[in-house]
Amino acid sequence: MTDQTPVLRLEDIVKTFPGVRALDGVSFSVLPGEVHALMGENGAGKSTLMKVLGGILQPNEGRIFIEEEPTVMTTPVQAKAKGVVFIHQELSLADELTVAENIWLGELPLKSFGRVNWAKLYEDTNAILKTLNVGFDAKTRVGDLSIANQQMVEIARALTVDPKAVIFDEPTASLTDAEKVVLFDVISDLQSKGVGIIYISHRMEEIFKITDRISVLRDGQYRGTLNTRETDEEEVTKLMIGRSLDLSRNESHHEMGDVALEVRGLSCGKLYQDVSFNVRKGEVLGFYGLVGAGRTEIAETLFGLRDPSAGQILLNGQEVRIKSPIDAIANGISLVPEDRKGQGLVLGMNCRDNMTLPQVDDLTAGPFVSDGAEIAIFDQYRDKLDIRTPGWRQTVGNLSGGNQQKIVIGKWLSMRPEVLIVDEPTRGIDVGSKSEIHNLIRDLAAQGYAVIVISSEMPEVLHVSDRIVAMYSGKVMREFTSDEVTEDSLIQAISGITADKVA
Amino acid sequence: MAELTKQGIGRVLAKQGILIAFVVFMIGFALANPRFIAVDNISGVIRSSAILGVMALGVTFVVIGGNLDLSVGSMMSFSTIVVLDLHDKIGPTLAIPAMFGLTLGLGAFIGFLVGYLKLNSLIVTLGMLSAIHGLTLTWSGGQNMDIADKSGTWFSVFGQGNIAGVPVPILIFAGLAIVLSLILSKTPFGRKVYAVGGNGKAATFSGIPRARIVFLTYLISSFCVACAGLLQASRSLGSQNTVGQGLELEVLAAVILGGASLLGGSGTIFKTVIGVLILGFIQNGLLLMGLAFYVQYVVTWVIIILAVWLDIAAKRGRLLSQIA
Ligand SMILES: Nc1ncnc2c1ncn2[C@@H]1O[C@H](COP(=O)(O)OP(=O)(O)OP(=O)(O)O)[C@@H](O)[C@H]1O
Ligand SMILES: [Mg+2]
Repeated sequence: MTDQTPVLRLEDIVKTFPGVRALDGVSFSVLPGEVHALMGENGAGKSTLMKVLGGILQPNEGRIFIEEEPTVMTTPVQAKAKGVVFIHQELSLADELTVAENIWLGELPLKSFGRVNWAKLYEDTNAILKTLNVGFDAKTRVGDLSIANQQMVEIARALTVDPKAVIFDEPTASLTDAEKVVLFDVISDLQSKGVGIIYISHRMEEIFKITDRISVLRDGQYRGTLNTRETDEEEVTKLMIGRSLDLSRNESHHEMGDVALEVRGLSCGKLYQDVSFNVRKGEVLGFYGLVGAGRTEIAETLFGLRDPSAGQILLNGQEVRIKSPIDAIANGISLVPEDRKGQGLVLGMNCRDNMTLPQVDDLTAGPFVSDGAEIAIFDQYRDKLDIRTPGWRQTVGNLSGGNQQKIVIGKWLSMRPEVLIVDEPTRGIDVGSKSEIHNLIRDLAAQGYAVIVISSEMPEVLHVSDRIVAMYSGKVMREFTSDEVTEDSLIQAISGITADKVA
Repeated sequence: MAELTKQGIGRVLAKQGILIAFVVFMIGFALANPRFIAVDNISGVIRSSAILGVMALGVTFVVIGGNLDLSVGSMMSFSTIVVLDLHDKIGPTLAIPAMFGLTLGLGAFIGFLVGYLKLNSLIVTLGMLSAIHGLTLTWSGGQNMDIADKSGTWFSVFGQGNIAGVPVPILIFAGLAIVLSLILSKTPFGRKVYAVGGNGKAATFSGIPRARIVFLTYLISSFCVACAGLLQASRSLGSQNTVGQGLELEVLAAVILGGASLLGGSGTIFKTVIGVLILGFIQNGLLLMGLAFYVQYVVTWVIIILAVWLDIAAKRGRLLSQIA
């Protein structure tokens, strides 16, 4: 492999932001036809490095070579023209436009007089969508798609040119298993064409499944490159976080109290029907299912964001009507929403203010917000969740994706709710912090909180839950206790196979 | 590292460009006409900026909350006419609260339409601009409004009085600026205004009553308009129906000059005050240079464009768009 010319080579890249040295002399190279993983903790500098490669950010120092040609790229368009395609961690699509327009934005096929050649546009788009095996077509409005499908559109954008190198920044964070399979097919297809691929992810299974080499960043510094075949999770983790991790399943069982939340026959139009379950104080209830199974919608109903069409919600045995998030919060329900940028954060606001937003009314001294009380909360959860930021004044939009997620979690944990609902809590979070968050969820339960965890990651659900509700297409298929659940039975339940629904 | 400082300078320029331009203007004007920096001229500029300034304070809340208010000019005409008319009919002591009540009513109505009915604020306030103008004309019958006994009323104190040598309009402007600045930057309500304007959905997910917050920003805006109407009426003790015409754009210019984003979620009262002063001093400087009054209209427009441009430039970190 060593005598191949790398498609992409970086030399001593330095990038600083005010107060942050995000990249500190990083060098590595990508060979044609290889899948090169880039790993590191939240805030290690992965996305920044890729933005430098994609022409979005200019490095302060260092050089970039494309096929050994020194190159300077100052815009994403230029980078794409040079064959470097970047698929972002954070979606950057125009909601109001169609799938086709989004994919070809800036390079729409034209007819005479600058008119758009719609027929060709839709045809080309549908051809790409077909290879991706998705269930929507070129004319769909992007705003109507689920986050997962929007991610697929983002991926489709990379397929409009013949790239030399493609960068995937956490592409699977919001994909289902089936969509992942499609993505991996696309990747191996690109690979066989000799394209070099940089793949960023926090999911070890994926890394070991599809990559050839793994480069690790830590605090903006290059820590080394490992051959995937010759290493294991432990070695990579150690390189990433400087220690090894105890990944054993949490077996701590504690006393459970009374039923905190009970839901009876809850329905919401076509979204979900006749859902019943309960959570006890001190219990973690997992909701597992495919995207679109109705889990998020149930959470939103409990949080007062949707009106149920039938059914009852009982808190501590009393029926409650929750008409708005204000009611939900007053009743001690917290929701960590699935879309941190859209629903969780005010990106232009600083870290502290974001975290204390739901309780700012209670943090007053006289008529004014008490600085001290706010900073105390922020400091406490920054330490608890290991949030990497130069200080509370930093604008949340400048944090790395994973650290943003931690701010949202801190925001709702600090409310000390009776019922905590977390929807995809560890999306985009590194292995170290992930296990911390899992421990935190277990701890909270041990302290008597009732916790509902919605997740599309099976290991996560298995790891944190005392009981698991499996959903398929708006219906509860089955409930498992942590003793009886197996991966197979869980997969069957969420695919709608009812054969063993007895028991 | 050299690269870094160059970028840093670029960022500072883009961000503080308007302040730097302001300083250059000031120096230029002062050289052209030394009277420009005389104490009485400066105090005069601040006093005549007070009416615009008071209105800009209120609009700052609306803009940070993610909306626009183009009705403030015509609403100010309304307040002025109403308080002058009622002055002679029911006396100043009752006229002032009555005028405040009516103006707040208008603000509440706009707040209801934009906040609770979620109508587009541009359309609503543009419509209200003309509707309120009609209301004012109906009230006055199209006539100018004058106080009968101009020398015998204490009502003139707001616009013409001095306390300890400082003109009352300046005191009112400063007092309101301080109070509103505390409300915006230090209270939970202020925080919520930023959240609603910055990301309305995330605000809802945080249990913030979005509609009520938007409603309140318009109520504050109309309160400021009522204060401005009071200053205006008290200063001239007589008025045309169109006294506030066109002020909505100057107000908006001042707010954006101060650095509030039209997209909502950013801006401060302090910056708005700076924006108001910049606008006032530039217009005054042009007058002193002997330019005709109506040149101001063009200049105001140029300043608005400049402000919006710098606003966008600061966001993208460079003056020209990279994608032509
Ligand atoms: N525009 C910016 N302004 C200031 N700091 C920034 C900016 N962009 C990134 N940073 C900082 O640079 C560091 C690296 O961020 P980056 O997004 O590259 O991390 P990452 O490795 O992609 O993390 P994650 O796994 O959470 O996505 C972080 O400390 C982040 O706060
Ligand atoms: Mg990242």
